[in-house]
Amino acid sequence: MSTTSTTQTLHNNASIERPRSGTWDGGNEPFKASYGKLMMWFFLLSDAFTFAAFLTTYGLMRHRHLAFTGDHKDFVFSTAYWPIPDKVFNSFPGLHGMDLPLAFVALMTMILIFSSVTMVLAVEAGHRMDKADVQKWLLWTLLFGATFVSCQAWEWSHFIGGTEEGTKMLDGTIFHGANLQMNQYGPVLFADLFFFITGFHGTHVFSGLVLLTWAFIATTNGTFEKRGHYEMVEKIGLYWHFVDLVWVFVFTFFYLV
Amino acid sequence: MAHHATDHTQPTGEIPRPVTGWIWKTFFVLVGVTALEFLVTFVMDPSTFRNSILIVLTIFKAFFIVAEFMHLKHETKGLIWSILVPMALLIWLMVALITEGSAIGEAIYNAFK
Repeated sequence: MSTTSTTQTLHNNASIERPRSGTWDGGNEPFKASYGKLMMWFFLLSDAFTFAAFLTTYGLMRHRHLAFTGDHKDFVFSTAYWPIPDKVFNSFPGLHGMDLPLAFVALMTMILIFSSVTMVLAVEAGHRMDKADVQKWLLWTLLFGATFVSCQAWEWSHFIGGTEEGTKMLDGTIFHGANLQMNQYGPVLFADLFFFITGFHGTHVFSGLVLLTWAFIATTNGTFEKRGHYEMVEKIGLYWHFVDLVWVFVFTFFYLV
Repeated sequence: MAHHATDHTQPTGEIPRPVTGWIWKTFFVLVGVTALEFLVTFVMDPSTFRNSILIVLTIFKAFFIVAEFMHLKHETKGLIWSILVPMALLIWLMVALITEGSAIGEAIYNAFK
């Protein structure tokens, strides 16, 4: 305020004590949102572009390869065409050898939706300045988030390890599982895109967990209570919901279509 | 701002009761639509029509997450549009590059014929 009043003095002595309030002189908030919240929104917008680039690449590569045209039950893994997702992701921890198409990814989706709900509940508790409730819901969100990342770790290790049968490659050898150069499920890029898209999403969930842990500690220490508002929880909440939002799209474009 | 009508500048230590009805309503919408997506995936044979249904359902789910959970529906018009308008570019990107993918595929398969 002190610096602005000096510059203002040069122009208008009468307005020296008056705060700026005009539309174009920085005196108001056109979006009625704080700087931090706005920047979180625009960061998320840029992040949406990153994920959209990934999913668009998936679409491009999928259309660049042939699709499997035969009957669903006759499907076998081959590098000649793009695999059917529910033939690749059909295993469940502890239920070895059973064909459970997309069952595990359904569970992961439910866990992430639950974590989103507990996150909104934490934000809602923050609006009411209810410290105990914020702590409780942040812990639940952390629990669901950590469970999701663990599920993803299992899914990755199963994808990398592959099935017992494996797939006969062009040189006549049997290959099990996947890496960035070879995989038993289909074209090389199928596994590459799996690693990059779910990996990038998993990294986002992990960053969210770090932020949530920090927010939980700050809430416990009474940092937000002293500040008079829980806006930080709200901003982390925006990020967390965005991660859920990305999963909604990854789920459809990678696992369903 | 409609959801937290409760004033958060309480003068004393009195904590208002939580209002969570809208949260659970959104939750059931999300779970319901996800279940519907699974049903569509397994009941229908793969086709452009099936994929269109799945994409519409996905956007429906995304709308609920962004509007309710991320609270965008209750922000100012300016903020809503500055987030939504750039998304139009993504639709263009997707359509353009998927078409490109089909063209590349055709070129490659015809080259080795």
